[in-house]
Amino acid sequence: MKPELLSQLLADVEQKRSVVLCTDLASGAARLVHPYAPEAGVDPALVAACREAADADRSQKWDGPGGTVFLRVFHPPVRLVVVGAVHIAQSLGRMAQLAGYDVLVVDPRRAFATEQRFLGIPLSTEWPDEALKRIGVDRRTAVVTMTHDPKIDDPALVAALRSDAFYVGALGSKKTQEARRERLRRQGFPEAELARICGPVGLPIGAVSPGEMAISILSQLVEKLRKPAGSKPA
Amino acid sequence: MSDHSDVLHQVAAWSRTGVGVALATVVSTWGSAPRPAGSLLAVNERGEFVGSVSGGCIEGAVVAEAVAAIADGKHRLLEYGVTNDRAWEVGLACGGTIQVYVEKIG
Repeated sequence: MKPELLSQLLADVEQKRSVVLCTDLASGAARLVHPYAPEAGVDPALVAACREAADADRSQKWDGPGGTVFLRVFHPPVRLVVVGAVHIAQSLGRMAQLAGYDVLVVDPRRAFATEQRFLGIPLSTEWPDEALKRIGVDRRTAVVTMTHDPKIDDPALVAALRSDAFYVGALGSKKTQEARRERLRRQGFPEAELARICGPVGLPIGAVSPGEMAISILSQLVEKLRKPAGSKPA
Repeated sequence: MSDHSDVLHQVAAWSRTGVGVALATVVSTWGSAPRPAGSLLAVNERGEFVGSVSGGCIEGAVVAEAVAAIADGKHRLLEYGVTNDRAWEVGLACGGTIQVYVEKIG
């Protein structure tokens, strides 16, 4: 690989752009393809193959007209927006960072969202719908609400349901969930949309402590990311 | 920070100081290979490395090939697995097979 190509690749990685490094395994010739903003003049079949690999987040070989090409997918980190700077969010934020995710904790209540309580975790005191709009929720973003306060949680869930977020979770008991679903129904969300909300949130592993709750939520998030409905197991 | 970004930054850092570097990439796997396609291992001319292409079972062999690639400038497509005739030497304990592409940077 030429040093110039490596520099371009590093620039894409640092600026958090999805990019595919395409290497001809016989000749060693390599180029970059941006699957969601393809450059002009690239073989459309190669662009389509890169797009497919990027969508599946799976680096793979592609048999092109000129031989076998390896498509190495580089995505920016998965993003997790935690709404509610509550106790569980402290564990969830740290664990998600260990898993390699970009975490943002959002809570307009300044008493909760303090740097002291969330050392090393990016914080925002915006209203969650504003924060979600600003960062641009995409198909590699997860949103989990944790405040139990409809004034804060509901706008976040509305924004998440209107986005391509791969995971939408809402903390709260079955009773809380039903009340929430009813409020969202009145806002016009059909059942199929409401079904996207994982609530009660997390896999049912009997989690009790905040750390265990974080493990249960992260496990469910990974499952949605890596084994989306209808996909082949990884 | 993600795995791949760590490896690429190390490659760039070595390159900047004029040290020869090669990058090894898992390009396909069969069976129960420990690391998926796309896994990266960067190696410098002194044999120092970051990242991984397996659970550790073939790293030694890949590092040796990478050092050779830095010396001769040629890229290589390597295959390791239980069916490989060198399996006794660098086989994958898990019973999988992996193909690794190794190229010099520069």
